[in-house]
Amino acid sequence: MFAQKQAQAAHADWREFVIEALIRVLGFSTIGFVLLIFLFLLREGVPSFYKVPVSNLFGTRWYPNFDLFGTLPLLLGSVLVTVTAILIALPLGAATAVFVREVAPNWAREILKPMIEVLAGIPSVVLGFFGMHAVAPLIRGTLGIPTGLTVFTGALILAYMALPTIISVAEDALDAVPKSLRDAGLAMGATQWQTIWKVVVPAARSGITTAVMLGMGRAIGETMAVMMVTGNAARMPLSLDSLFRPARTMTATIAAEMGEVAQGSIHYHTLFGIGIILFLLTFLINLAAAATIFKKRRRGGLR
Amino acid sequence: MSRYRMQRLGFALLTLISLVVVAPILAVIGIILVEGMGAISWEFITAMPFDGMKQGGIFPALVGTLLLTLGTAVVAIPIGVGGTIYLAEYARDTLVTRCIRLAIVNLAGIPSIVYGLFGLGMFVLFLRMGTSILAGALTLAIMTLPVIISTAEESLRSVPTEFRTVSASLGGTRWQGIRYIILPQALPGIITGIILGLLRAAGETAPILFTVAAFFLPRLPQSPFDPTMALPYHLYVISTQVPGMPIHIQHGTALVLLALVLSMNLFATIIRSYFRRRRQW
Amino acid sequence: MVEAKIHIDKVSYAYGENWVLNDVTLDIAPNSVTVFFGPAGGGKTTLLRLINRLNDLVEGTQMKGRILVDGQDIYNSEIHIPTLRRRVGMVFALPLPLPGTVRENVLYGLKLAGVKDRSRLDEILEQSLTQSALWDEVKDRLDHLAVALSGGQQQRLCIARSLALEPDILLLDEPTSGLDPISTRKVEDSLFTLKEHYTVIIVPHSIQQAARIADKAAFFLMGNLVEYAAGTELFTRPRKKKTEEYVTGRFG
Repeated sequence: MFAQKQAQAAHADWREFVIEALIRVLGFSTIGFVLLIFLFLLREGVPSFYKVPVSNLFGTRWYPNFDLFGTLPLLLGSVLVTVTAILIALPLGAATAVFVREVAPNWAREILKPMIEVLAGIPSVVLGFFGMHAVAPLIRGTLGIPTGLTVFTGALILAYMALPTIISVAEDALDAVPKSLRDAGLAMGATQWQTIWKVVVPAARSGITTAVMLGMGRAIGETMAVMMVTGNAARMPLSLDSLFRPARTMTATIAAEMGEVAQGSIHYHTLFGIGIILFLLTFLINLAAAATIFKKRRRGGLR
Repeated sequence: MSRYRMQRLGFALLTLISLVVVAPILAVIGIILVEGMGAISWEFITAMPFDGMKQGGIFPALVGTLLLTLGTAVVAIPIGVGGTIYLAEYARDTLVTRCIRLAIVNLAGIPSIVYGLFGLGMFVLFLRMGTSILAGALTLAIMTLPVIISTAEESLRSVPTEFRTVSASLGGTRWQGIRYIILPQALPGIITGIILGLLRAAGETAPILFTVAAFFLPRLPQSPFDPTMALPYHLYVISTQVPGMPIHIQHGTALVLLALVLSMNLFATIIRSYFRRRRQW
Repeated sequence: MVEAKIHIDKVSYAYGENWVLNDVTLDIAPNSVTVFFGPAGGGKTTLLRLINRLNDLVEGTQMKGRILVDGQDIYNSEIHIPTLRRRVGMVFALPLPLPGTVRENVLYGLKLAGVKDRSRLDEILEQSLTQSALWDEVKDRLDHLAVALSGGQQQRLCIARSLALEPDILLLDEPTSGLDPISTRKVEDSLFTLKEHYTVIIVPHSIQQAARIADKAAFFLMGNLVEYAAGTELFTRPRKKKTEEYVTGRFG
């Protein structure tokens, strides 16, 4: 005979029963929201995939007014801005995390951590505004190019927007490195710097990878700041100087054009189609990042 | 001794990089503060805009943002707190629970503009709410859920398990333990989570682009079914869509938005540290 | 022979596939102090927690056998668990005051049970703190935080908290393990007065303590009940070799 645990539920009075049922429903609701989001994206976005020929949809020209819905320049625009942003943010973020966790004196930590929280709280549109008025002119002046609204400007702003995520996840990863490993390094006569560089950082590598992925997810979905500072020219960013020329991302395209399209038009459906691509991209990125976190937790590493 | 010189060099480099990270943050706040201060006046905060928004104030945008945030709170707090209690206190490690966690990770990662599309598709068009505060608040609420849940869950989990055992041993049901011990103890963390979620909602532009935001609407909304101006969208509009917009008004608007969001942030930090010092375990 | 207050009938218990109790059977008489003792990992604490179904909170366990309190099978699905736990109080190894004041701690169980009568609450407050030998020390700071009390006071507060529910049975799991000798003495003294009104089962934190307080004693080894007899007998003339070795300090 096994213990009958369900007995408790049978006896709880009805008020308690109602409360617990409600809590259960609320807990499950998050799944419902994700499904609803996906459902509505599909409902509005899928028509574009059969109304627009594939060759057009994956063409290199995005001129909706002429029924040209080539999403390739937008996709590449997003990828270029995001990758550049991560290349900037990774060294900055990793180094700051190491500094905060391993090196910084207490007072410096007490200043740095709130500052980074503040950065995480600054609205995207404010950073975009700052980018337009302070960063873009600086870049135009320094490089002597016709406009400061470029891929690089966008990537720079995005890098800073991704930093809080990268730093906090990387910090957790460093935190999870066992003290014994550090002590072993130091006991063998290594300096603190050598221990950090040769022992701690390599041990935290997978956590730092997670940090990069989450930062990337954040960057690729960013809208307002990118729209305000990358110049929004829907052209294929293939030449070498693309970094210092305007480009157009998927997010900016939706934000800029959805307000003006006729509901139910091909253009309208295609913008939702881009939404589906964004949804799936970020879903995959976050799934991969979450998988490494969950795996770590099971082994008792991170947490 | 070169190993130690190496170490000094390395530490110096890390310090330098951290400065590179911090300096722009200070620059953003400093520049907007200095440039925006001049525009701030009682009139700027409380007057309707006129003359193509080139004169007057930002009153309707400010009120709109406050209303949207309030609406978001009304929807997001019960769902967020209930969901958190479920995850932290009721859920066992089953497939469904993992799906919920995955859903939360996914919700946290969905780009804000995609929330905007969803809000447009579901609330504005399908449920025929039109561009309205209601549609915008619902959209923002779903977006803030993962922020609330992840912060609040951590604080529920930090309450020692023993309290649950003691409560049960004194004849408490699971809900009574939650109601009388766990929730009061976790409250500061829950409030922190709620504020962090709401400040994100208050500062977001992309989700409200197609669900609420009015380009120029020099009157206050009369009901939840009205569209409204909102501070972040207003900043976007006057800095990119209106030629010849006086720069100090742009900076002033940015300053008000920044002040609103950062003061919420500060509030959350104060609550967290105040209660951390007072806790009895 | 008085009828047994608690009848433990062929109980086996496992966490996952790890069986920590094997086919344990024993009767516990009312208004007595029964001691469960033996080396760590013997299953004493688990058995204690089974008597008020506190182990229901643990996931992935399995149980065989029955436990009857006053002739009633407490693992029957008709049992209302909160009511059972009010009848069978529990004090833990470490003092675990709940957040809040001394008063709130003592009256917590009554609040959950829905008792609102102020004068009755005050009466029970004084009565249970007196029974646990704490009243004189805290009567002037009933509204101070419980965590401000000393370890020994906190543990007596936890006893008072259980007593406030006026249980029939009191389970104590090494209640003095974290205490200094003087506090231990005070807690033990209060136990002697308690047994007039309650059936007490205690896992002691030393053999000496077991010998001092036991009316009856049960020796557990690796999940098996080795010997169960009157305290005077078991500690002076143990019948089983294992018991003798343990009591005389040859292992454990």
